Amino acid sequence: MLELKNVSRNFGGLQALSNVNMVVPKGRVVGLIGPNGAGKTTLINNISGLDHPNSGAILFEGVDLCKAPPHVVTRAGIARTYQNIRLFGEMTVLENLLIGQHGRGRATVFEALAYLPRYRREEAALRERARTLLERFQLERFAHMRASALPYGDQRRLEMARALATGPKLLLLDEPTAGMNPAETSALGEQVLRLRDEGMTILVIEHDMSLIRQVCDEIYVLNFGQIIAHGDPDEISHNPLVIEAYLGEEDDGAA
Amino acid sequence: MNFLGSIGISEAVIQFMLVNAILGLSIYVTLYTGMFTLANAGFMAIGAYTGVLLTQQLDWPLWAGVIGGMVAAGVIAVPIGLPVLRLRDIYLAIATIGFGEVVRIVLLNFDQIVSSLIELTTGERTRFALVNGARGIRGIPKLTETWHLVFFVLLLAYVLYRLHRSRLGRAMAAIRQDELAAANMGIDVVYVKNVVFVLGAMIAGAAGVFSGHLTRIITPDAYGFSQAVDILAFAVLGGTSTLVGPIVGGMVLGALPEVLRFMQQYRGLFNGLVLLLFIVYLPGGLINPAGWSSLWRQARRERSSQGETLPEAS
Repeated sequence: MLELKNVSRNFGGLQALSNVNMVVPKGRVVGLIGPNGAGKTTLINNISGLDHPNSGAILFEGVDLCKAPPHVVTRAGIARTYQNIRLFGEMTVLENLLIGQHGRGRATVFEALAYLPRYRREEAALRERARTLLERFQLERFAHMRASALPYGDQRRLEMARALATGPKLLLLDEPTAGMNPAETSALGEQVLRLRDEGMTILVIEHDMSLIRQVCDEIYVLNFGQIIAHGDPDEISHNPLVIEAYLGEEDDGAA
Repeated sequence: MNFLGSIGISEAVIQFMLVNAILGLSIYVTLYTGMFTLANAGFMAIGAYTGVLLTQQLDWPLWAGVIGGMVAAGVIAVPIGLPVLRLRDIYLAIATIGFGEVVRIVLLNFDQIVSSLIELTTGERTRFALVNGARGIRGIPKLTETWHLVFFVLLLAYVLYRLHRSRLGRAMAAIRQDELAAANMGIDVVYVKNVVFVLGAMIAGAAGVFSGHLTRIITPDAYGFSQAVDILAFAVLGGTSTLVGPIVGGMVLGALPEVLRFMQQYRGLFNGLVLLLFIVYLPGGLINPAGWSSLWRQARRERSSQGETLPEAS
């Protein structure tokens, strides 16, 4: 579904990504791990259109998105969350989910100004979908609270709900469990698995090996901007290169 | 009305207060989208000149002049916005100040520019006189009535109220809060910013047409840097968290110099002082419940602390 071909990105002299080749097959949960500074977030930024590679191709369902601006990438069906939460903090939880559906609305400004039936129907449909997402992520009771006032774990879940509101085929999760306790982490893992069972394709960047082992079908390991290993969770945790580069330096799996 | 008259607020003052309210809304839409532009004095000038020429030279009615002024300002905003809106924050402010100066200087020299163009194309030496440079256009009929302005402000408030509840309105707020996250939500940030810039220009253009038919004389220097800053002050004083803020801010700043008239030569000093106090103690603006309540709490807690800043509650 998503295929990266020889993707390279350098910032001045720093080679953040060099010739990254990666395949995320439809309906799979793919993990991307690597030590801090390995280029994981750069890779996700390149896929989501916030940044563009210097060379290589990013093919999504056969279309090259490597020069596409972020809103085009989103409308093509790729959504993401962020390592540091980036909710619209001044808006309510419900409004955040309405924003997520921006690209799905069709009513024009003029229909909205004149308060025409099509606009009203569409608003009702957007709200209905937002409600469904709120229920799914157990956020109903916060619907009319400002997003910034939510507890941390709920903000993380709202971010995921907001990403799903865009109606993606591929979901990119950038360290979704950062700052979560083990119970919250495993609950999030179950959410991820449920999404996969419903046919969602997911690429997850993670430090927390317990989540990776819980959800991932296959794993890529990135170090100094290069893919150094690829395989299923068992293979990866026994790969000496990976242990040296990453697992060996990690204390107790804490992010 | 009698009470208002006794404190210096005549009908003419009310009319200018309402024009200020429109101007406050013109910059509110861009600030609401997170764009710090100071181009609205320039668009006000374009609107004023276009509208006045339409009513004076072509005998169009005022409402047609208003539409003409809005269209002219909006059309000119498109090629300005496309390159300039790539800039952000203070850089955007400076670029748009530059635009305002260009408008002023073009108006100053408009007649000569047209004369030279005629001479270049036809070879005939003519004296073209339409906008009269620094002398401006005089003897404009006073067509603007108070009810026109009240109607326009209410219409605008309704349109913006509905806009806030539309997809475009939500996209505007999202861009202000986090531009990159907004783009990742599928919002075409460049498109939304340009639409809003054009909208702000059209509102400022309408204000220009109304004010031209109130002052009955328009000169390029009336739309310079100080007017641009005044417009910003309307929105900042009133607060940009709701659309009521810029309306109130514009009206307060329109009324203040008249109300303070009894202070004679100290009027300007006091006007500045009032502004300063508001900015220091109510940084979120007059119409900002969070600002008032935190001011109230602080006043109750202690009166001794030095002028520390209130928590930003934009």
